[in-house]
Amino acid sequence: MIGLDAVYILAGLMFGAFALQHALDAAAPRRWANTAFWGAYAATFLFGSALPDAVSGLLVLLMVVLAGLGRIGGARATAGTPEERRAGALRFGDRLFVPALVIPAVALLGTLFLKDATLGGRPLIDPKQVTLVSLGLGVIAALAVAYALLRPRLAAPLTEGRRLIDAVGWAAVLPQLLAALGALFLVAGVGKAVAEVVTHAIPLDNRFVLVAAYTVGMALFTVVMGNAFAAFPVMTAGIGLPLIVNVMHGDPIVMSAIGMLSGFCGTLMTPMAANFNIVPAALLELPDRNGVIKVQIPTGLILLGCNTLLMYWLVFRGA
Amino acid sequence: MLVLFGIPILVIGFVIGLNPLLVVAIAGTATGLLAGLDPLAILSAFGKAFVQNRYIGIVWLVVPVIGLLERCGLRERAQILIARVHAATTGRVLLIYLVIRQLSAALGLTSLGGHAQMVRPLIAPMAEGAEERHGPLTDDTRALIRAHAAAVDNIGVFFGEDVFIAIGSILLIKAFLGDNGIQVQPLDLAVWAIPTAVLAFAVHGTRLYLLDRRLARARGTAPGMSA
Repeated sequence: MIGLDAVYILAGLMFGAFALQHALDAAAPRRWANTAFWGAYAATFLFGSALPDAVSGLLVLLMVVLAGLGRIGGARATAGTPEERRAGALRFGDRLFVPALVIPAVALLGTLFLKDATLGGRPLIDPKQVTLVSLGLGVIAALAVAYALLRPRLAAPLTEGRRLIDAVGWAAVLPQLLAALGALFLVAGVGKAVAEVVTHAIPLDNRFVLVAAYTVGMALFTVVMGNAFAAFPVMTAGIGLPLIVNVMHGDPIVMSAIGMLSGFCGTLMTPMAANFNIVPAALLELPDRNGVIKVQIPTGLILLGCNTLLMYWLVFRGA
Repeated sequence: MLVLFGIPILVIGFVIGLNPLLVVAIAGTATGLLAGLDPLAILSAFGKAFVQNRYIGIVWLVVPVIGLLERCGLRERAQILIARVHAATTGRVLLIYLVIRQLSAALGLTSLGGHAQMVRPLIAPMAEGAEERHGPLTDDTRALIRAHAAAVDNIGVFFGEDVFIAIGSILLIKAFLGDNGIQVQPLDLAVWAIPTAVLAFAVHGTRLYLLDRRLARARGTAPGMSA
């Protein structure tokens, strides 16, 4: 059965190859810092399941210190010359799109059809992980197609992959570190403490104020935690169910559906949702780390207002 | 209440522009210490959760393919392709992507998209290419267009996926309400995600229209006059 472990090994080998390239590249800036950073990340993929938690923690600490000292990234960032790329665009034509489209196509087909595939009576792919395994398969298929259509040097994908990951730099591991922070917050009871603060000063008698406290609270909590999924149980247990549903007889289904979407408005506006907001800024090489957030804030605020009004109109229909 | 101290650390750290990895590590350590954990337990908690969340990093598997295609001229090809479509503007390219992203997410196809797979190699170059027809872009304009391309990917998936009954957030709501004695069907929840999905499209679609106007003003021509 192909599960996540196989995909982790693939990712570990790839990051290991990036680290090795840094080690072998005497001309690259901050050679050993980059080698150590990507080597440590590769180790978490290859050996993470077997390592003691404290050792994994040391690997994370090493990455944090190297990034904190500003030692990560900054290798040569250009993919050939503009003339070379334009020549390639003319020579290969629309064939260039094929490998790029193979990734989502295989990921999609895999998610839809491989879930129930069996080999010798056992499931071929761990059904719970089919989306991520399909993404891995999509990448392998796309590489095969790219080799066949474009005939690059054998090592070209790793050279170019390293160039791209160097552009992203430390931002590549930020989402995982934030997930770890969320786990620590959970242990420390931060969610409960925030809920106490938010629910403390709510007047009980005004429907609109209650609804606004719930939707804005969802968005604010999400801005702090970076994740609407963390905000939903806390806010719904704190304000939603006791006040909007039990006291004001609002509809819990409408409230929950629109409440979650109010949280998503918060996701648009926070650096804590790093994989949606900070990673693309790095990936697109924006000069401003918060460039994506700044573009999203107007839509986030307008939709939060819309959600508040929608909930106010819809949640008390039967009450 | 003391455990909340980690939150101002996060805010201040992000605002003064410290490296985010460092900010998160400091905030987590402070929170853990205030909650009475010893340093080794904090280190282990970080290590354990980092390893448990490795699935988030799987998306980086696409960089060898995307990097290779870029080297062979994929972004330039995307720009050539869009330059042939005379009606294409930055705002319209992004509007079409918003429609595709929202509708496919509403059908549960959230893997059709993503910043590494779609936005960097295809969507951003097309959006830039549509504007480059009118002359070279300034750095600010290029950054603005790219940021909008990333934003469309997020907004499309956030306000499309909840219309699909088997998405994580719907299942989380169903489980949470179930624990509190309220039984709901996923379909009942998904239906109430539709009004917001429609409004999200209207609001962000309008902003994309205004983006076209802003780009036209920046290059000194009115929108209809440029073709």
